[in-house]
Amino acid sequence: MLLTLGFLVLPSAVVTIAAFNDKAMLSFPPQAWSLRWFARAIAYQDFREGFRNGLIVTAWSSTIALAVGAMLAIALDRYRFRFKAVLEGVLLSPLIIPHFTVGLGFLILAAQIGWARTYSVVIVCHVVLVLPFVLRSVYVSLRNLDQRYELAAASLGATPHRVLLTITLPLLLPGLISGWLFAAILSFNEFTASLFVTAQRTQTLPVAMYNYVREFADPSMAALSVMYIVGTAGLIVFANAFLGLGKVLNVEQSR
Amino acid sequence: MAAVLQFSLRTYIPGSLEVGSFTLANFTTLLKPLYARVFIDTVWICFLTAASTLIIGYPLAYALVYVRNAVAKSIILVVVVTPLFLGEVVRTYSWIIVLGNTGFINSVLLKFGIIQQPVQFMFTTFGVVIALVHVTMPVMVIMLAAGLSHIDRDYRKAAESLGAGPIRTFLTVTLPLSMPGVVAGVTTAFAWTFSAFATPQLIGGGRVNMVSNLVYQLGFASFNFPFAASLCVAGLALTIVVLLLLRFAARPFTNIGPH
Repeated sequence: MLLTLGFLVLPSAVVTIAAFNDKAMLSFPPQAWSLRWFARAIAYQDFREGFRNGLIVTAWSSTIALAVGAMLAIALDRYRFRFKAVLEGVLLSPLIIPHFTVGLGFLILAAQIGWARTYSVVIVCHVVLVLPFVLRSVYVSLRNLDQRYELAAASLGATPHRVLLTITLPLLLPGLISGWLFAAILSFNEFTASLFVTAQRTQTLPVAMYNYVREFADPSMAALSVMYIVGTAGLIVFANAFLGLGKVLNVEQSR
Repeated sequence: MAAVLQFSLRTYIPGSLEVGSFTLANFTTLLKPLYARVFIDTVWICFLTAASTLIIGYPLAYALVYVRNAVAKSIILVVVVTPLFLGEVVRTYSWIIVLGNTGFINSVLLKFGIIQQPVQFMFTTFGVVIALVHVTMPVMVIMLAAGLSHIDRDYRKAAESLGAGPIRTFLTVTLPLSMPGVVAGVTTAFAWTFSAFATPQLIGGGRVNMVSNLVYQLGFASFNFPFAASLCVAGLALTIVVLLLLRFAARPFTNIGPH
């Protein structure tokens, strides 16, 4: 078990050592230490643009996915209608369809309607990919929500509109926040489909990193990876402390 | 999806992005040994990865659910979940540094005189599978842990009070009841591995090819989008068949689950 934990941590630990190595060539253990690769990584134009593009795409796609996903989750949970199972299947299908297939599909589609190389196609593609996760997160919190609160509000004379705004949405807030966070992290990291739909001008950070790894072998990439790892681990620890990761992931022991 | 399906049925006109009439030729080309080989390799890699991830991940999931110490639990949870959000590129890059000829493992082994020549991990199926196991581990552990956590404690207590030892309790009670989690984990691991692109591309370096790499090559090196699309369709069909087979094979186990 400790071995498995070690296996999970090993690459991150090794990358961290490599990032502080002074020499451009990899060597273990490093002879001298330096921070210059961090400076290089931060100064590198493609990484900066990739970071900015990634933020644009992530902000739009996770927010759109949250709005659309929440509405669909409420519709799927509360109403019965024809083709409900079909809609559910279509919405969850990106979980099984390989990302390169989704990417190629959007690329072909974008080329046909003349949208290629725009942010819109990247954003739409990401929305489709992260939607299942938002849907699930909101759906789970809807299931845990006690409907009697809504019935009580309605019986006290609140209109359906008012019930939604003052009872349902506030009670759903933790689910909405965790769904949004989940979508944002996934979208920011999405690589395979992004590789297909982005162009030089719209490439996101993972795509920029991929191109860098293919062309260069210096530790700038290791330095960037370390920043990535620290940032992500920070977010996860934060989420664990404030949202209760075990509950979100559904792995708490039931009693 | 519809776009991919439609393109897969078109003929490819070399040197042009426009596509010709409807045809099934793309699918017959798929049967050529060169391409069939990639499909077989891909399924084999997916299988190896899913199986290894299951065997290595199970004890960890077990610990995650049954460890009492809250701090230990949080540590396991954070260590398990963090790689999930790191993205394929960062993780693959890290593995290049670990596995490369002048990388971490080889340096350490050489230093202690265990080996004289660097071991070749890069550009081998073994290297690709190691990295892919790392990529799929978090999902597997989460799925297994979700399955384990839904087992009622009383079943284990009942087995113990009837005189079963810890090993017998595990084999006859916990393991069978955790089968839904195992099936979910293996299925997801399989689908994820099939979808992996950066790992086989960078660590396999052209020597280990998976369907994803072939699709990319066809799309961006030779601009043969119709054939790339038919590869996608065939790949998707293959995934669905394998997933259905897995579910079918696991049916006797899932039915005895608590729900």
